[in-house]
Amino acid sequence: MWLLLKGGRIIDPSQNIDKVGDLLIVDGRIAWNQEVPQNQEGQTINCAGLVVAPGLIDMHVHMREPGYEHKETIATAAKAAAAGGFTTIVGMPNTKPAIDNRAVVDYVLCEGRRADVHVHTTGAATKGNEGIEMAEIGDMIEAGAVAISDDAYPVQNADLMRRVMEYSRMFDVAVLAHCEDTSLTRDAVMNEGLNSTILGLRPWPRQAEAIMVMRNILLSELTGCRLHIQHISAAESIAAVRWAKSKGIPVTGETGPQYFSLTDDALCNYDTNAKVNPPLRTQADIEAIKEGLADGTIDAIATDHAPHSLEDKQVEMQYAAFGIVGLETAVPLVITNLVKPGALSINDAIARMTIEPAKILGIEAGSLADGAVADVTIIDLDASVVVRSGEFKSMGRNTPFEGAQLTGKAVKTIVSGQLVSPAQ
Amino acid sequence: MQLQRKDILGLQDMSAAEIRLILETASSYKEILTRPVKKVPILRGKSICTLFYENSTRTRTSFELAAKIMSADTTSISAAGSAVNKGESFKDTLLTLEAMGIDLFVIRHSASGSSHFASQIVKSHVVNAGDGLHEHPTQGLLDMLTIQENKLRLEGLRVVVIGDILHSRVARSNIWGLSHMGAQVRVCGPNTLLPAELDKLPVQKFTNLDEALEGADVVNILRIQLERMDRGFFPSVREYSRFFGINKQRLRRCASDVLVMHPGPMNRGIEITPDVADGEFAVITDQVTNGVAVRMALLYLLMGGGASVAAA
Repeated sequence: MWLLLKGGRIIDPSQNIDKVGDLLIVDGRIAWNQEVPQNQEGQTINCAGLVVAPGLIDMHVHMREPGYEHKETIATAAKAAAAGGFTTIVGMPNTKPAIDNRAVVDYVLCEGRRADVHVHTTGAATKGNEGIEMAEIGDMIEAGAVAISDDAYPVQNADLMRRVMEYSRMFDVAVLAHCEDTSLTRDAVMNEGLNSTILGLRPWPRQAEAIMVMRNILLSELTGCRLHIQHISAAESIAAVRWAKSKGIPVTGETGPQYFSLTDDALCNYDTNAKVNPPLRTQADIEAIKEGLADGTIDAIATDHAPHSLEDKQVEMQYAAFGIVGLETAVPLVITNLVKPGALSINDAIARMTIEPAKILGIEAGSLADGAVADVTIIDLDASVVVRSGEFKSMGRNTPFEGAQLTGKAVKTIVSGQLVSPAQ
Repeated sequence: MQLQRKDILGLQDMSAAEIRLILETASSYKEILTRPVKKVPILRGKSICTLFYENSTRTRTSFELAAKIMSADTTSISAAGSAVNKGESFKDTLLTLEAMGIDLFVIRHSASGSSHFASQIVKSHVVNAGDGLHEHPTQGLLDMLTIQENKLRLEGLRVVVIGDILHSRVARSNIWGLSHMGAQVRVCGPNTLLPAELDKLPVQKFTNLDEALEGADVVNILRIQLERMDRGFFPSVREYSRFFGINKQRLRRCASDVLVMHPGPMNRGIEITPDVADGEFAVITDQVTNGVAVRMALLYLLMGGGASVAAA
C-alpha cells in the first residue's frame, strides 16, 4: 500500500523542511528515499496549493471516558480529532473513575487502539484527583501513561506537589499542571474585571493562575522535574514561564485557541459556552499570548477540548459546567487569529502542534522523518469555514464560536498511512 | 404608549426615555393605591407567575399586590416545596409553566443572569425581580421614583450608595438607572466590598464615608448581608458600623434636605441607626409604596392593551 501526496508545500519543523514537493508513504511509513512501488496498489492525492504537515498532536483532551460517556467517548473524541486534523490526542485523567491506576490506563489505551487516531493518556497525580495522596505514578507510566497531570483538580498542597514532582522525575516524565490557587477562585465563574463587576459573576483573578504557575516553577527548580504549564490564560503567567526558561528551569507551557481568540466580552450575554477554566481574559492577555507563542515561551498549542452535554450548559451561568470543545475549531482559529494576521508563522504554528508537544511528552510523533509512522495533516490555509456545531463529530456542541466565519482548515487527516478524515 | 421590549432584565440597557415613561406611568397609577376599592380591570385575564428561587417577602408581596390590583391572576412558586427540589431544571420549570399559559414571569434567583437565561427560554414576558449579584431593576426604578417625588428631579443630584457594592444587585441597578437619568452616583464601602474596576462605571468611588456624604442629596444605604459575610470581608459588624454605619451626626455632612433610603430589610444599629431610620429624612416606607406603583406600571407597559387608567 502506498499513498503519494503530490505537489504540496511540505512543512516539517522537526527537520526544518519547508518546500514544495511530493511525500510518499509506503506501508504506513514515511518513505523519502523510495520510488512509488510499481507492483503495489496505491493512491495519489493532489496537494497542490495545500500544506502537508506532520499529523497534529493535541496534548490536552478530555475524552470523558470512562464515566461521562454522555458527554464524549474515546471513539467520538478520536473522530472529532481526525476531523479537526489531529492524529494524536492525549487524554486528561479527570474521568470517573479517575485515571489514577494501571487498570484505568489499560482500559483507555485499549479503547484507544480501536479509535481513528493515536490515543494516549496521562495519569492522575493524586488518587481520585483528590489532592491528598500520590497516585501509583510508576505503575501508570509503566502501563503507558505519557505524563502525570492534576488537570481540573490542581494540587493545592505545595508539599504534596513537591513529592509528586520529585517522584515523577524518576520516570523522566513531565508533570502537566493546571495552575489555580483555588482559595482565590471560590465559586468563580469568569475573569475578574469590569465585565465580572457588571454581570455580577464571581471573579477568577488572573493572580490565582500566576501564583500557582510561579509556585510550580519554583518546585520544578527544587526537584528538577519537568513541568508543563497547561492552558495559560494570563500575561503574568507567561512572564513567569519566560523567567523560568531564562534561568534554565525545565518548564514548558501551552495555551489554547480560545485564549488568543476571545476576551471575557464573550460572556456579556451570559453565554455559558464561553465559560471555561481558566477563564477568557482581556485583549492585553491575548497580545501577551501571541508574543509568548512567537518567542517560544509558550511551546505548544493544545485545545483543552472539554465536551459537555446540553444539560450541563443550558442552565444558569453559575451552575454551568466549565469547558469548550476544541478539536474541530483549533486549526481554523490558529490560522485565522495567529497565522493570517502575522502573529505566528505557519511553520511555528505547526511546530507548536506537532514536534513541540511530542518533545514534551517524549512520544514518537509530530515528524515526517524518513521511516516515521505516516501521520500527516493536509491543510488548506485559505478555505472558508463557518463553525456549525451541529456538524461536529464530537458529541459536545459547547462552542462559543458558533457561526464564526474563519479561514483555514485541515482538509485531510492521515493516520499510519490511512486516510481517516474525510471518512472514505 | 407601551415599552418596546419583551422583558425587563436590568437598567443597564434601558434608555432615559423608557425610564421616564415607567416613572410617569407609576406616578399616575399611585392614585389607585389610595382608592377605597383598589382594583382596576386593566390586566383582567392575564396570568402572572412569581417564580422565587430565593426567599423574599417584600418584593414578592409587592409584585403580587401590583398584579392583583390590576386584576391579573397570579401564581406563586418558590424553590422550597416545588419540583425544583425534585431536581427539575430551571429550563424545564419555565417551559412547564409557560405551557400552562403564563403570560409573564417575575423571577427572583440567586444566580446572576438567570432572568436573561429565562428570557431566552420562554416567549412570555420576564421581569427580573433580582438575579444574584447582577440587577434588581424594579428596585432601581422605585428608588428613582421616590427621589423624583421628593426632589422633583433626578438630573444633577448627588446620590450616595453605601455598603456592600460587591454583592449588591440594588447598587448595580441604582448605578445604571441614576446615571442614565443624569444623577451623579457615588459609591462607598469597605475596599473589600467594592468590585474590580468599579471606577470604570459611571460612579465616583469612596472608602471614606464622611467624604462620600459631603453635600449628598440622597443617601441609599444597602443592607449588610450577614449571610454573605462568611469570607471575612471586614473584621466585625462592630467595626463596619463604626466606619460605614449611618447615624445622625454623619448625616450633617449631607445637604440639609437629604433623603435617606434603604431597600430593606434593615439591620437597625448596623448600617443605619434607629433614629435615622425613623427620622425626618427617611423615606423608606415611601419606597415600599412606590414599589407597588412601579410594578403596576411595568406590568401594564409590558402586557396592557387598549384600556387606559382613566377608563379604569
